[in-house]
Amino acid sequence: MSQPSADVRDANATDAPLQAPLGDAATSAPAEAPANVAKSIEARDLDIYYGGFHAVAGVSMTIRPNKVTALIGSSGCGKSTFLRSLNRMHELVKGAYVDGKVELDGRDIYAAGTDPVAVRRQIGMVFQQPNPFPTMSIYDNVAAGLRLNRRKIKKPELDEVVERALRGAHLWTEVKDRLDKPGSGLSGGQQQRLCIARATAVEPDVLLMDEPCSALDPIATVAIESLIAELKERFTIVIVTHNMQQAARASDYTAFFNIERSGDPGRLVEIDETQTIFSTPASPATEAYISGRFG
Amino acid sequence: MELAPERAARKPEALASGVPQRLGDRVFSGVAKGAGIGILVVLAGVAIFLLIEAWPAITAPAERIPGGEGLVDYIAPLAFGTVLAAVLAAIIAVPFAVAIALFVSHYAPRRIAAGLGYVIDLLAAVPSVVYGLWGVSVLAPASRDINAWLADHVGFLPFFEGPASVTGRTMLVAGLVLAVMILPIITAIAREVFAQTPRAHEEAALALGATRWEMVRMAVLPFGRSAVISGSMLGLGRALGETMAVTIILSVSGIVTFNLISSSNPSTIAANIALDFPESSGIAINALIASGLVLFAITLAVNMAARAVINRREKKEGR
Repeated sequence: MSQPSADVRDANATDAPLQAPLGDAATSAPAEAPANVAKSIEARDLDIYYGGFHAVAGVSMTIRPNKVTALIGSSGCGKSTFLRSLNRMHELVKGAYVDGKVELDGRDIYAAGTDPVAVRRQIGMVFQQPNPFPTMSIYDNVAAGLRLNRRKIKKPELDEVVERALRGAHLWTEVKDRLDKPGSGLSGGQQQRLCIARATAVEPDVLLMDEPCSALDPIATVAIESLIAELKERFTIVIVTHNMQQAARASDYTAFFNIERSGDPGRLVEIDETQTIFSTPASPATEAYISGRFG
Repeated sequence: MELAPERAARKPEALASGVPQRLGDRVFSGVAKGAGIGILVVLAGVAIFLLIEAWPAITAPAERIPGGEGLVDYIAPLAFGTVLAAVLAAIIAVPFAVAIALFVSHYAPRRIAAGLGYVIDLLAAVPSVVYGLWGVSVLAPASRDINAWLADHVGFLPFFEGPASVTGRTMLVAGLVLAVMILPIITAIAREVFAQTPRAHEEAALALGATRWEMVRMAVLPFGRSAVISGSMLGLGRALGETMAVTIILSVSGIVTFNLISSSNPSTIAANIALDFPESSGIAINALIASGLVLFAITLAVNMAARAVINRREKKEGR
């Protein structure tokens, strides 16, 4: 393996158009089912700190490609912190750092010389509050990621990518006649789908979602959940949720985080197939949490 | 649960019916209303004073106005000089102010940022007469070589046509000093608003794989744009009315020229009033006040233009 940072950038530069969905993984193993094989994430002994505060301790887990992995647990248990450490958003907080490894298909995203900007190109993120850029039109919001780093894309090609991303986010029919209007004029659920279109337009390998439905009404929530089920065909998805029904409905794997006492670091209690977690969890703490006895 | 941040636009009457008027509310609303009306009265008073005092000069025959060419010919070069100096100052100051504000709000380590912000604010506390003296005794002599170089090398531009002033008391130096004077106000306003950029927008940009500068361009600058505009206009307003620094620095000859580096420059309205008022009498004073009325109108127009620009942007963004 050569220098990870260079590889990350190269992969990113070449993976733009979707019509040729043949990543190297797909060509080498054409027998495997999905057309777009996304990447897996492997966290190894990950400790996360905010300055002197030890927020998450010793997390090791495998996040499988083209699956939805839900992170559940009570508030303050470190699941959002863990999520943000997966694309190095967490280190934007002053004094925050990690110890351990996070590997994207075997490549450590925290290796020395790895550019966090390149990591975030590959691992996109959707936030709790829908956050379209208020000064940009719907079109420009979706195109924003593609225009970064002075990448020159011709208008027709950009039109195509924007339309595909909006269709992929189930938003196209609602906004196709007002692409030049500001994104802030949409409803909350539409804004969140716009943010999903924006994140997926750059064709990342992994999509991180930090409680994407917690600011939405139930109908918009259902729309996002059905969208997630479709998006996993193309992306690996990690979703933090407070809503256990949502975890049960929308995810393939579920990871349960917990803290023993307040002030202690959060730990991963267990991760397993969602069905198993919700029927026969290995740990009594998990059972207590999912049956609503605390949290 | 926070849904979309829609402000409740309920009419106060709907709540007020049956609720007793509280004393504190009444006092506060009275004080606020009084202050609002008071400032309008003062403004109207100034406008009326200017109009009444300027009227004799407006109606006087042309040959009685200083210069003997009529009021318009008397004020026009002054108004031109005023706008030229102020626009020059704004052109120099705004990029610096935006850059400093960005550095303080998004680039500098916290400790340096706080210190730097304080120092910039301190610039506003220096009296303008001190800036004038600094300009004429330090900046003007230092600018002579630069003026000569500009005249030699970019003399084809009307701004640097030359002949270069030997004293350095030029429009360029006046503009530079004015720029330093308006820097703090533009910086302070821009800095405050840049620092308030919603974290959500910054993170949205970064999560897309934006570099820090791309994040600034996508999230911070659009958010702060109307603040930069209004800050610039406030700075422009201050530069338009600035008196002492320009009076001290500029060597004036009452001509209309874009040449920034020669020794003959248009004066500004405020500097002209300060220079001529002590030696004027009769209709000449009325002419000076008429020029003051023009300055008043220009400043008012600048501020209203700024308001209009900001309002239009806000409407467009659906805020």
